[in-house]
Amino acid sequence: MFTTRKQYEPYVSPFDPCPPIRVKTYVTAPNQYVGFQPPNLPQFPLHEALKKGTLWKIFYDPYYGPYEMKTKGDGQ
Amino acid sequence: MWIYEKKLQYPVRVSTCNPKLAKYLIEQYGGADGELAAALRYLNQRYTIPDKVMGLLTDIGTEELAHLEMIATMVYKLTKDATLEQLKEAGLDAHYVDHDRALFYHNAAGVPFTATYIQAKGDPITDLYEDIAAEEKARATYQWIINMSDDPDLNDGLRFLREREIIHAQRFREAVEILKEERDRKKFF
Repeated sequence: MFTTRKQYEPYVSPFDPCPPIRVKTYVTAPNQYVGFQPPNLPQFPLHEALKKGTLWKIFYDPYYGPYEMKTKGDGQ
Repeated sequence: MWIYEKKLQYPVRVSTCNPKLAKYLIEQYGGADGELAAALRYLNQRYTIPDKVMGLLTDIGTEELAHLEMIATMVYKLTKDATLEQLKEAGLDAHYVDHDRALFYHNAAGVPFTATYIQAKGDPITDLYEDIAAEEKARATYQWIINMSDDPDLNDGLRFLREREIIHAQRFREAVEILKEERDRKKFF
């Protein structure tokens, strides 16, 4: 399934001083995939768009921090 | 000319008295990829960019000022009632000695703002690529601040600002497409 959250597993040495972070993540925001925005894309209702920061559903990509992950779950 | 509307672009709520967050947020105030740098960059580059995309730089540059105001409000709320003990604990003692609780244009490490953070090369593609990079860097900075913050109300505002960076980068990418566009193209938007 498509996601804007990507993961990779960096090399881990047996001699690393700190406990390894085995999976690293990064974001590829939706603007990386669209090019010139095509016409007639689905929109949020206006009052919702003002809250979300965009009128266009394809560009909505909220980011949650580790402290919020417990409640929001699928943020990334 | 600008018309000032005396309200914030998005409501700023801060639920915990945590001056440490102000120290992180100041990066977006007077840092290299912050809102001030963004506003000054776009509002300056716009004079020497083709007419087709000049308005975009004006609009986005103006919105960056609205973002700057939101960041300022967040920092102010987080520090205005902080005790000296709290400021010390947050690592803001050096800031206090120089500025009391006033805001100042410097980054999270206390380095003052400088015009060397921005460029205007005069070449439209070059300038727009700088602008795209600036938006993506600001998006990443917001992610790192959200990661460090346990204040859900503050993060709500930061999430809005991060979403705007995505949209701005998208529009700058489209501006590049407009300038690349071949003559006699049949498709209109």
